[in-house]
Amino acid sequence: MTYSLLIPILMTIVGAATPILLAALGELVVEKSGVLNLGVEGMMLIGAVTGFAVTATTGSAPLGVIAAMIASAASAGLFGFLTLTLTANQVATGLALTIFGIGLSALAGEGYVGQTVDVFGSVFPASLSEHPTLRVIFGYSPLVYLSLALVAAVGWFLSRTRAGLILRAVGESDLSAHSIGYSVIGVRYMAVLFGGAMAGIAGCFYSLVLTPMWAEQLTAGRGWIALALVVFAGWRPVRLLLGAYLFGAVMTLELHAKAAGFSLVAPEFLAAMPYLATIAVLAAISARKTGMSLAPACLGKPFKPSS
Amino acid sequence: MSDSVQHRIELKGITKAFPGVLANDAVSFKVKPGEIHALLGENGAGKSTLVKMIYGIMQPDAGEIIWDDEPVMVANPKAARKMGVGMVFQHFSLFEAMTVLENIALGMDGSYSQASLEEKIREVLHAYDLKLEPHRIVSTLSVGERQRIEIVRALLLEPRLLIMDEPTSVLTPQEVGQLFETLRKLSKTGCSILYISHKLHEIRDLCEAATILRGGKVVGECDPREETPKSMAEMMIGGNLKQISKAKTREFGADRFVADGLTVPGEGDFGVALDDICFKVRAGEIFGIAGVAGNGQNELLLALSGEQPSSNANAILLDGQPIAAMDAVGRRNLGLCAVPEERNGHGAVVDFSLTDNAILTARERMGMASSGILKGGVATAYTSKVIDDFAVKTTGPGSLAGSLSGGNLQKFIMGREILQDPEVLIVSQPTWGVDAGAAAAIHQALVDLAENGSAIVVISQDLDELLAISDRMAVINEGRMSKTLNVGEASIDEIGLLMGGVHGDPFATAEMTEAVHVH
Repeated sequence: MTYSLLIPILMTIVGAATPILLAALGELVVEKSGVLNLGVEGMMLIGAVTGFAVTATTGSAPLGVIAAMIASAASAGLFGFLTLTLTANQVATGLALTIFGIGLSALAGEGYVGQTVDVFGSVFPASLSEHPTLRVIFGYSPLVYLSLALVAAVGWFLSRTRAGLILRAVGESDLSAHSIGYSVIGVRYMAVLFGGAMAGIAGCFYSLVLTPMWAEQLTAGRGWIALALVVFAGWRPVRLLLGAYLFGAVMTLELHAKAAGFSLVAPEFLAAMPYLATIAVLAAISARKTGMSLAPACLGKPFKPSS
Repeated sequence: MSDSVQHRIELKGITKAFPGVLANDAVSFKVKPGEIHALLGENGAGKSTLVKMIYGIMQPDAGEIIWDDEPVMVANPKAARKMGVGMVFQHFSLFEAMTVLENIALGMDGSYSQASLEEKIREVLHAYDLKLEPHRIVSTLSVGERQRIEIVRALLLEPRLLIMDEPTSVLTPQEVGQLFETLRKLSKTGCSILYISHKLHEIRDLCEAATILRGGKVVGECDPREETPKSMAEMMIGGNLKQISKAKTREFGADRFVADGLTVPGEGDFGVALDDICFKVRAGEIFGIAGVAGNGQNELLLALSGEQPSSNANAILLDGQPIAAMDAVGRRNLGLCAVPEERNGHGAVVDFSLTDNAILTARERMGMASSGILKGGVATAYTSKVIDDFAVKTTGPGSLAGSLSGGNLQKFIMGREILQDPEVLIVSQPTWGVDAGAAAAIHQALVDLAENGSAIVVISQDLDELLAISDRMAVINEGRMSKTLNVGEASIDEIGLLMGGVHGDPFATAEMTEAVHVH
C-alpha cells in the first residue's frame, strides 16, 4: 500500500468512527445510570435532519449542531418521560423511539432531499489542515476533536467526580441509592438527556460532515453499532474510543477494497462486515461470562420508588 | 454531646396508610438521649414503615416527630442525616461493584477528598475497634463486613440517633457480640439507638426500653431486662404463645425415607462434601438435623430434594423405591416436597404472583394442569387456601411474592408444600426470620402433617426448634452425620457439644455419640 493511499484511508476511518463514538459515548452514560435506551438510531436521525435543516436555513453549521442536540435531547426526554416517569418497558419504548425517529426524520426532511449545505470550516489554518501529510491530524471537522475531548471528559466525570460516582451508584443499585437519599429518577433523566444530545451530534455528523446532505435513513443502522460498541467496550470510555476506531476500520473496508480492486469476496459481504462484526463481538462477550464486566447491575430495570 | 434535652426523639400520633393496609395507626413513643430502645412486633406490625418515616424515606399521613424537644419535618434522608439520624438497613443499601470507600463516600453529604475521607474512616474504625479494608470491593466481603460498612457510614456522621433494622439476622454469634460492643460504646457517647429485632434474648441483653407494636398500633411498653423472651413474645402477638400440641405416644409406621450411604463430592475448594450420610425416617416421624451453619446442610438439602441427583440410585429410598438418581420433579411426583433455606429466588420467584409460585411446585400433585394447559381456577383456589390456612398477610393470590415480608413469604412457602400432603417433606430452617407467633403456627403444621403419616426431615440451626418438634435427631458436622439420638433422652448440652465443642474432629464426634447413647 502506498503512502499516498494511507492518509485518505486513515481519514475515512476517523470519519466513520466519530459518529458512532459520539453516540456510543452518550449511550454509555445512559447505561451507566441504569437505563437502556435502544432508540439511539432514531435520535441520531432526528439530530441529522434537524441539524441539516437548521444549517440549510441559517447557513450556520454550529447553530445546526446545537439545534440537533436540542431536538435529539427532546426526543430522549420523551423516552425518559415514558420509561422513567411512567415506568414503561425500556426495550419496547427504545425500539418505538427508533421507529418514530425514522418516520419523523423522513417526514421533516422531505423538502431537504438533494440540497447541499456549506460544510464545517476547519479549526486549524489551511497550511496544517490541507497539508498532504499533517492533515491526518489537523484536517478534520471540529466535531472530531470535540468527540475526543468528550471521551476524556466523560472518563474523568465517571471515575473522578462525585456526580459521576452518584450516577454509577444509581445504575448499580437504584434501591440503595434511593434509600441513601439520591434522586434516582432525576439522575437518570439527566443521563438520558445527555445521551440524546450526544446522539444528536452524532446524527448531524452524517448530514453536515460526512455526506453532507440529507437522505432518508441517512445513518443506515449505525445507531445499532453504537449500542453494540458500548457492550464491546465493557462500559469503559477509553475502550470505547479504541472500539469505535476498530469498527470504523471495518466499516470502511468495503470502500477500500473497491478502490484497491480487491474482488475475492462479494462487496455485499464486505458491506455487511460491520454488522456481522457487531454480532460476533456481542456473542463473544456474552460467552465470556467470567471476565470482569462493568455492566451496571440495574441496566434496563424500571425503578418504582414506592416500594 | 449535650444531653440537656429531655428526649432525643418523640413520636406523637404517627399514622401512615398504604392502599389496603394501615401500616401505622397513631403511634407514639419517646427515646431518651443515650438510650437503647427496642421496637418489637411481629412481621408486618409496622416497625419498618415507622423507622422509614423517622429517616425521611416516607412521610407520615398524620402525626408529629419531635427531635430534641422541637417539632421537625423530615423531608428526606438527607434532612434526617443533617439532624443526626443514622440508619443501618435490614437489606443493606450497598453498591456491590464499588469499593468500601466509594460506598461510604456515597453516604456522606458534602464532598470530601478520598484521602481525607479514608483518614476519617480509619479514625472511626480505630475508635470502635472495627476491622474493615477501605479499598476492597464490596462483593468480595462477608455479610458481617458489609454491615460494618453501613455502621461506619452511620458513625462518620456522628449520629445522635442510630436506627438498626434487624441487624443480627444475618450475623454469626461472634459478629453479634462485636456489634453489641460497638452499640454499647456508642450509646455511652449519648447517641440513642432504636433497635428492631425478632431475637428477644438479644433485646434482653442489649436494650433498656422497648415499645411493642401490633397491627400498626402501640400495644405496650416494657423494660426488656425485667421480662422473659416468652413474656415479650406474648405481648407482641397479644395472647398466649401457643404450646405445640403433640401426642405423647406416637405410632410410627415403617421406614418411609431412608438415606443409605449418601455421598456428595465437594465443589472446588469450597462447600463441604457429604460423607456417607445414613439415616431412616419412619412414617409419622419428624427427624431433626442440627449443626452449625456451613457443615453440609445446603448440600444435604440439595441432595435430598433432588436438585443435585446422585449417581448411586440406592443412596436414597422412598418407601423402598430407589430415588437418588431422580431429579427434583421426579421426586416431587412421587410425593417428596422440599423447602430450601433461602426464600427469595430459591423457595419462591419474587417477581411472580403467589398463584404462579404455587403452580411451580404444586402443579402435578394438585392437578393444576392437564395436557400442558394450566387450570387457573384450580391454582387460584389452592393459593387462596394456603393463604387462609396459614394466615399469610397479603392482599390476595395475585400479589407478588416479593411484596410479602420475609416471615409471611415463609409461611406461604411452608403452606404451599404442607397442603400438598406430601409423603416426605424436607425443610431447611423452617422458621428463619419468622416471628414467634408464626413460628409456632409452622411448627404445629409440621407436627400435624407428621401425625397424618408423612415422614419429615427438618434441617435447622435452631436447637430449641428441633428439640420442640422432632422425635429423633442427629447432628451434621463437616459433612458427616452423628448417630441418631432420641430427642427425649438427649440433653441440650450434649447435642451442643456434638455441634460445636468437638467441631472438626470426627473421632471425638464418634466418641461423643457413643457417650450420649449410654444415657
